[in-house]
Amino acid sequence: MASKATGRWLVLAVPYLWLLALFLVPFLIVFKISLSQDAIAQPPYLPTFDLSEGWAAFKEAFAELSFENYGYVLSWDNEFIEAYGSSLWIAGISTILLLMVGYPIAYGMARAPKSIRPTLLMLVILPFWTSFLIRVYAWIGILSPEGLLNQLLFALGIIGRDTPLQILNTDTAVYIGIVYSYLPFMILPLYAALEKMDETLLEAAADLGCPPLAAFWKITWPLSLPGVFAGCLLCFIPAVGEFVIPDLLGGSDTLMIGKVLWTEFSVNRSWTVSSAVAVLLLLVLVIPIVFYQNLQAREVERR
Amino acid sequence: MSTGVTEKTQKTIGGIRRTFAPWNDPQAVPLIRYKNVTKRFGEFVAVDNLSLDIYEREFFALLGPSGCGKTTLMRMLAGFEDPTEGQITLAGQDLVGTPPYKRQTNMMFQSYALFPHMTVWDNIAFGLKQDRMEKGAIDARVEEMLKLVKLEKFAKRKPHQLSGGQRQRVALARSLAKRPKVLLLDEPLGALDKKLREETQFELMDIQMELGMTFLIVTHDQEEAMTVADRIAVMNHGKLVQVDQPAVIYEHPNSRYVADFVGDVNILDATVETVEPGMVTLRPVAAPERRFRIAQDCAAKPGDTVAIALRPEKMRVELDPPADTNVNCVQGEIWDIGYLGDLSIYHVELPGGVRVKAAKPNLTRMVERPITWDDKVYVYFSPDAGVVLTS
Repeated sequence: MASKATGRWLVLAVPYLWLLALFLVPFLIVFKISLSQDAIAQPPYLPTFDLSEGWAAFKEAFAELSFENYGYVLSWDNEFIEAYGSSLWIAGISTILLLMVGYPIAYGMARAPKSIRPTLLMLVILPFWTSFLIRVYAWIGILSPEGLLNQLLFALGIIGRDTPLQILNTDTAVYIGIVYSYLPFMILPLYAALEKMDETLLEAAADLGCPPLAAFWKITWPLSLPGVFAGCLLCFIPAVGEFVIPDLLGGSDTLMIGKVLWTEFSVNRSWTVSSAVAVLLLLVLVIPIVFYQNLQAREVERR
Repeated sequence: MSTGVTEKTQKTIGGIRRTFAPWNDPQAVPLIRYKNVTKRFGEFVAVDNLSLDIYEREFFALLGPSGCGKTTLMRMLAGFEDPTEGQITLAGQDLVGTPPYKRQTNMMFQSYALFPHMTVWDNIAFGLKQDRMEKGAIDARVEEMLKLVKLEKFAKRKPHQLSGGQRQRVALARSLAKRPKVLLLDEPLGALDKKLREETQFELMDIQMELGMTFLIVTHDQEEAMTVADRIAVMNHGKLVQVDQPAVIYEHPNSRYVADFVGDVNILDATVETVEPGMVTLRPVAAPERRFRIAQDCAAKPGDTVAIALRPEKMRVELDPPADTNVNCVQGEIWDIGYLGDLSIYHVELPGGVRVKAAKPNLTRMVERPITWDDKVYVYFSPDAGVVLTS
């Protein structure tokens, strides 16, 4: 019995150790840097904790930590708050677009003949075979003024050669990039929710006098909500912190926190401010994560 | 178990049941008519040029093995399938092409198909809300239905908080709530255990009587069909084999298939020797030295090979010979005994190797039964026990 208990403890310990080593420890390091001051040094911040200098030096270094950087980031004079707001906005709009595009696809897949469903699933996952970065770069080739899209529209006579659509380096391009890149993360949870739905329920609804469209809103939609929430969070959370897509496809006025963080870190070489930005971003995202956790707990309880 | 049926109806049920036979009345207009209905799924013919009339207030059972087309026949009435050929009318109206949500039939699904995100109350009210019934009327109807299935206390529960039997009742209440012209029951009791199933069968009959509705039930359980139905249609390969009252189906099966499918039966091959009005004499293949005399008018001619269907409970198995061992009697050895509690089923092997089953009620509590393995026994029956089957 004792060995069985130990075994169980070990199994439980693995994910906790994983989280401890790969999430909590790095987070504490970032948090510590966010409380430090910039310095021309290696690493470029102060204080550094050096245990070899003894307890007194450690205490002294600890006293030097401050929340100054947070005050800087949260000050209205700097554009950080605007960037957070803009990121949430772009991620929010993108998530709604993703849901509008992903839901019909997932629905179609879930209602497709059983034999072709694995193929459809494969097609959804297929883009992952190519590097994310390359796929985003490919969009430049499509959206640029001389790109494929403009050439096609010109060939069809819809636009003139001297008035190409300006999509690249605008927010529209960012939306297109996010919707394209994140679509599988929206489709897969939706598909899982829709696929396990008993189709007899729709027959029962029809039998009781409910036409198909009303049956969708009364039966299918509410039963797919767990998938909707899961898909939205899976897309929204990473989209808020997205850096590559706004950097490559967005314009100079596309303000997203991921880009700001990158600028702070690599251009301004301020590890401390970028750490504070990262910690605050995490706090902003913890709210939807907690919300999702609650929802999942309720879902488990329901079964 | 008591039911929601009023005392007055309770008293008249016997009277109604005894005299209810609209299918014998040439004036009666059927409520449901299947006219030359064929349904094909690709190459597969699920229902094959089938015609059937079902009358108002009838409790009608479609009985057959899986894949015989009984469910397809029902689903065509509900509107989930359209016939490939033929016509289906309900109260004189052609139904073909009418979507399910515009038909005055309701179905109780085999899986119950309760909406998992709605309470019992909302499930039952669902169909009524579709009809845009006013709030007060919906409330009253749902209350009435909950009372009918005795689930008043469970109105606020979700389906996953109910037992299998309770879910079955919610499904029944939901399908009855709209007072459909026809209630379709697709294997409604399949998921219940035997005791609950038997109780529910009688409840279904009482509810059907009380509401005066037409019920169409699909089942593969012949006992269930016999218990609940006014008439049974036995189906095979998309065709009706026999349509009649349960007792007729059981006692006068029209074919080997029906005799075999409904109840337990011994089927013995025999050659016809003489045919007189009301009596057939046959030579059984398994015991050619003996003669069977069956009290029946028969279309077969002397020399024809026919089958004799004999129900085990109509056969006697004894150690002592009957008065005349030459007629309606065979001799054999006990090959196996099935003790069922109320009955024992004796499997008797005839000299030719053919085995017959005979049931014997266990009238005493003796554990040691007089007949045991390898005993030489006589199996015999009266002339009106058997049926000669020519098809």
